[in-house]
Amino acid sequence: MTRGVTLAGRSRLAVAGARAAVRLERRPMRERLWGGAFALALYAALAIALLGLALLLLDAIADGSERFGLGLFTEKGSGFPERAGFQNAILGTLWVIGGVIVTCVPLGVGAAVYLEEFADRRRWWNRLIEINIQNLAAVPSIVYGILGLAFIVRGPLDLGFVPLAGSLTLALLVLPTVVIAAREAIRAVPPSIREGALALGATEWQTIRHQVLPVALPGIVTGVILAISRAIGETAPLLLVGAATFVTFNPASPLSEGYTVLPVQIFNYFTRAQDEYLALAAAGIVVMLVVLVAMNSFAIWLRNRYEQRW
Amino acid sequence: MTSDPLERTRAAKRTLERTAGPVSLTAPGREGGPIREPVFELRDVSVAYDGKPAVRGITMDIPRNQVTALIGPSGCGKSTLLRCLNRMNDLISGAEVSGSVLYHGEDLYGPGVDPVQVRKLIGMVFQKPNPFPKSIHDNVAFGPRVLGMPGDLDEIVERALRRAALWDEVKDRLGENAYGLSGGQQQRLCIARALAVEPDVILMDEPCSALDPISTARIEDLMLALKSRYSIVIVTHNMQQAARVSDRTAFLTVELDSQGEGRWGRIVEYDETERIFTNPADPRTEDYVTGKVG
Repeated sequence: MTRGVTLAGRSRLAVAGARAAVRLERRPMRERLWGGAFALALYAALAIALLGLALLLLDAIADGSERFGLGLFTEKGSGFPERAGFQNAILGTLWVIGGVIVTCVPLGVGAAVYLEEFADRRRWWNRLIEINIQNLAAVPSIVYGILGLAFIVRGPLDLGFVPLAGSLTLALLVLPTVVIAAREAIRAVPPSIREGALALGATEWQTIRHQVLPVALPGIVTGVILAISRAIGETAPLLLVGAATFVTFNPASPLSEGYTVLPVQIFNYFTRAQDEYLALAAAGIVVMLVVLVAMNSFAIWLRNRYEQRW
Repeated sequence: MTSDPLERTRAAKRTLERTAGPVSLTAPGREGGPIREPVFELRDVSVAYDGKPAVRGITMDIPRNQVTALIGPSGCGKSTLLRCLNRMNDLISGAEVSGSVLYHGEDLYGPGVDPVQVRKLIGMVFQKPNPFPKSIHDNVAFGPRVLGMPGDLDEIVERALRRAALWDEVKDRLGENAYGLSGGQQQRLCIARALAVEPDVILMDEPCSALDPISTARIEDLMLALKSRYSIVIVTHNMQQAARVSDRTAFLTVELDSQGEGRWGRIVEYDETERIFTNPADPRTEDYVTGKVG
């Protein structure tokens, strides 16, 4: 290779390079059209989903707007529609959902910790537990209602028609959701963190309590949020365990006889003849959504507060 | 290769110096001679995972207050052997350890021995730095806190960070997330974390393989400083590192069984580092340390 290219030689090289270089063009028309169409289809899918939700909400607001007001939250159910509200149903829902959370979270997280940290997957009973949890998530909710009626309301627990019975029934229903979400969250914790803690001489429990669970917390809380969202709208199983369709008093405690929950109350109002009740029922839908959004927002705030920043 | 031992020594020294810098074969601080007070005594130790052997027939004494290196090609079971020494293999289901491992004369795998207590005394630093997703202070304080060590936690943290040569760099930001540190700093944090629980032995599994040369050099200096207080066993792929820091070196290799199917690791040679690198007894060792194989 000779040293020193002449000036003429260098410009010949430069021109040749320029000709050979790929010109930066716009993407061909065909590709742009397909790309645009795909994006459009995605937006359309999103729009349809949101539109459906918005229409439902707007319809409910339109029908129920005449009844909006504090009365919805301060009045209890009543035979007189102008005096009826949702206070006892809201309180019933809060008691029932509160019971669900108190039952589900320790049981669900405990089961997930056992399955992920302690269970030897080669043992047949652990595989059986795993299969069953996934099956349970698919069982229709009315079956849980029958189960609750047989074993919780009557049968061994014999609680009677009380909010606690509703809580336990719903807890069984949503427990698989919490377990599965918690398992995924625990599984996502890198094994290097566990090894590091164990190598220091920490016990398994200390490792789980101080290293694994704090990191898995956001995922677990997400599972609980999903569980609450499902439980709050469940009507069929609660009908069987005593969420009577028409109650006019507030439940004083989880063990007081006779209670109702929002979906049941709404359902009841819808089936009545008078038109005033329809407006009330529509307002009830909005109330239920407000309660749901409030609960979920609180849970999301809780999750964000304790989320570890990596 | 000439058979004149003096020439071989000089050739080995030249090879080492080309890569590791000046090496004094009679370096002060490098200890030799028979092992008088071993911290570990391994007798015919074998480890199998789900029935398949990983290492077999390991017999060696690991001396106290020295650095012992395990070198060898990939897959020869160095890490497996290391993990036997603090019962980390217990955490792997299907792992079986046979043979005897004595720690200061006590059987490490005896019936009444609690692995948690073992790991308090025999700490470990891993290949990839694995600080906890917490602050620097909480990383180091975690061990003393859960073990219920008496004394002021802040003092313990400071002492550990000083011993790990990290204090000056982090003393103003103990509350910051450990992930904000560089790789070399994170590894020194992991070393500080291990030191905080006041172990007797520190096991290091390729501690510098994920780090740059400067961080590596600092950690090697740290190892030499620590050996006066602790016994150190290090697994390394880096032969020059083994030559630089260790007092004794064990060379392991993979052996095939008679049918050529099963593979497990065995010790080929275990001796003072000087001898391993300048005058090894086994030709396989010589091939490995001179870079002909592996």
